[in-house]
Amino acid sequence: MSTHEIAATTHHEVGTKKLFMWVWFWLLVLTGIEVLLAYLRLEPHVMLILLVGLSLIKSALIVAYFMHMRFEKIGLFLIIVPSLVFCLVMILIFVFPDSVRIVNMQTIHM
Amino acid sequence: MAELDIDAVAGPDWGGGVAPFTANTKKLGMWLFLLSDSLTFSTAILAYAYVRLASSSWPRPFEIYPAIANATFLTIILLSSSLTMVLAVAAAHRDEVRKAVMYIILTAIGGAAFVILHLGEWFRLFAEGVTPWSNQFTVNGQPGDPLFGGTFFGLTGLHMLHVSIGVIYLCIIAYGFGRRKFNADHVEVSGLYWHFVDLVWMFIFPMVYLMSVNLNVKS
Repeated sequence: MSTHEIAATTHHEVGTKKLFMWVWFWLLVLTGIEVLLAYLRLEPHVMLILLVGLSLIKSALIVAYFMHMRFEKIGLFLIIVPSLVFCLVMILIFVFPDSVRIVNMQTIHM
Repeated sequence: MAELDIDAVAGPDWGGGVAPFTANTKKLGMWLFLLSDSLTFSTAILAYAYVRLASSSWPRPFEIYPAIANATFLTIILLSSSLTMVLAVAAAHRDEVRKAVMYIILTAIGGAAFVILHLGEWFRLFAEGVTPWSNQFTVNGQPGDPLFGGTFFGLTGLHMLHVSIGVIYLCIIAYGFGRRKFNADHVEVSGLYWHFVDLVWMFIFPMVYLMSVNLNVKS
């Protein structure tokens, strides 16, 4: 193994222990809010919107701080996130109208 | 026919030295893998949402205690293991080998605890008659949709597979970094994978557990 493989390529301090503890604390708080929502037994569609919203905030925190995305070059973000969002939007557009159609068919026949 | 000169067509082998996006190539490779893996999980979760939305007899069997409480505990374990992983990466970059190895091992222990506790829950569900192809629940007098088990075990199983692979991966990284075979970049890249596994659970936990909490409060 050559020497350049042993030495780390970059050394930059990204975030402090205090920052990571705060992120962890807020992730736990958001999880607590999610469980509280389940305990309140809200309407399913209200629940779904709130849970997806909270999960997106949590995943953004994880990607930005734990995965260091906030400290990377913007180019890395630009090749990863927009393409993912685009794919997900396309899947949502093609899939969900159909499942709603099937539910409507069932209500007509019942 | 003249022999094709690969170098003339494709250029000589890339000799390295230029890090795209100032991320090392291992890191970029891991990010691209995670992009494709997130699409795998997204389509699995969307398929689950599709069959659930299209079903008129989808059971909501989970009580706050024990099912939701157990899953919340699993979430706390995973989040805490992510914290120890991020501290391991920071220690590795500061060249504190012993500290970094300790944090990586703590992370792997968290992952192993997650798998063991989750498997325990699986076996409790099997004992209650919930399998990947059947369940004993009834919804408005109709038998509950058997796809409940299929999607539950499919999603949580795919995630559990990722956690198990992550635990093995972290053990290899801890050994290699401790023996100075690997550098801080290897630790950071394994951290990316681990945080991703944590991130996926942040969607599976609300979608599979919290959305399936029993709406009939026992009085």
